[in-house]
Amino acid sequence: MIASLAFYIFATILLVSAGMVVTARNPVHSVLFLVLAFFNAAALFLLAGAEFLAMILVIVYVGAVAVLFLFVVMMLDINFAQLREGFQRYLPIGATVAVILLAELAIVLGGWTLAPQSAGLRAAPMDPAVSNTVQLGKILYTDYILLFQASGLVLLVAMIGAIVLTLRDRGFSRNQSVAVQLARTPANTMELLDLASGKGTKGIDFLRPKAREPEPVADTHDDHKGHH
Amino acid sequence: MLLPVPLSHYLAVSAILLVMGIFGIFLNRKNVIIILMSVELILLAVNLNLVAFSAALGDLAGQILAMFVLTVAAAEAAIGLAILVIYFRNRGSIEVEDVTLMKG
Repeated sequence: MIASLAFYIFATILLVSAGMVVTARNPVHSVLFLVLAFFNAAALFLLAGAEFLAMILVIVYVGAVAVLFLFVVMMLDINFAQLREGFQRYLPIGATVAVILLAELAIVLGGWTLAPQSAGLRAAPMDPAVSNTVQLGKILYTDYILLFQASGLVLLVAMIGAIVLTLRDRGFSRNQSVAVQLARTPANTMELLDLASGKGTKGIDFLRPKAREPEPVADTHDDHKGHH
Repeated sequence: MLLPVPLSHYLAVSAILLVMGIFGIFLNRKNVIIILMSVELILLAVNLNLVAFSAALGDLAGQILAMFVLTVAAAEAAIGLAILVIYFRNRGSIEVEDVTLMKG
């Protein structure tokens, strides 16, 4: 009873916050409502017994993805009022498509039943005596190990892709130039002085380093303009 | 049967969530950030469906699949936002209607 009441509360908050995500005037508010929606979805997962997925949803989505959205929204200096110009124009067609889709889904849901043999066709039947996380781990690392590794590869490619896309050479990074270092000779950097004996270095004021030759331009980028 | 309510209630919530995501894509035609968030909502609806069926049938494979969906959704968000950042850097705007550079 309490569980079903909790389901309706969390489902209501989830749907209301999802509605606010798509209609909020300020994208920062949208992201915060997205966080709320994820929290409530995690609660629904918990009610369905998927404890591990609920925790993953909180950690990965609320902790990483939503914060990433928040960073991007706040980092980009965007004229949001201008972006909302088409809001009224697309409202009728959007509402039409949404209503049609919802009606179709309702029809599908109304005429749907479980097949009688579905209980015998389960790929990984649950064991009520073992906790959800242990069972998931046992299945994931045996039956689905290839898919698990492939999803790791997907994440690696996404990470490399995001870094490659956003990395830019601003022209003032001081990279090590191995060729220049190896091409140095003692004559370029060191000076031997004859000092009169008994006088020390008093006659020579400060020893300045020798003027360096201009470094050969190693980078081939054309896009940095006058940062030096 | 682990669900506190009938399975159809979970499916109804998930269907409404999916429709809201699609409605958001239509409504915010110009703002790519909101469109990406709508895609996240749609994927969340998919996950809710998978978890509900998994709990109703007593089959863990659905939760495994939901985990992979989560993985791909995280990768998609990262790449999408990276593209958004470089697009904004180059054009100074994130209007979708400006994205005609690749028309050829």
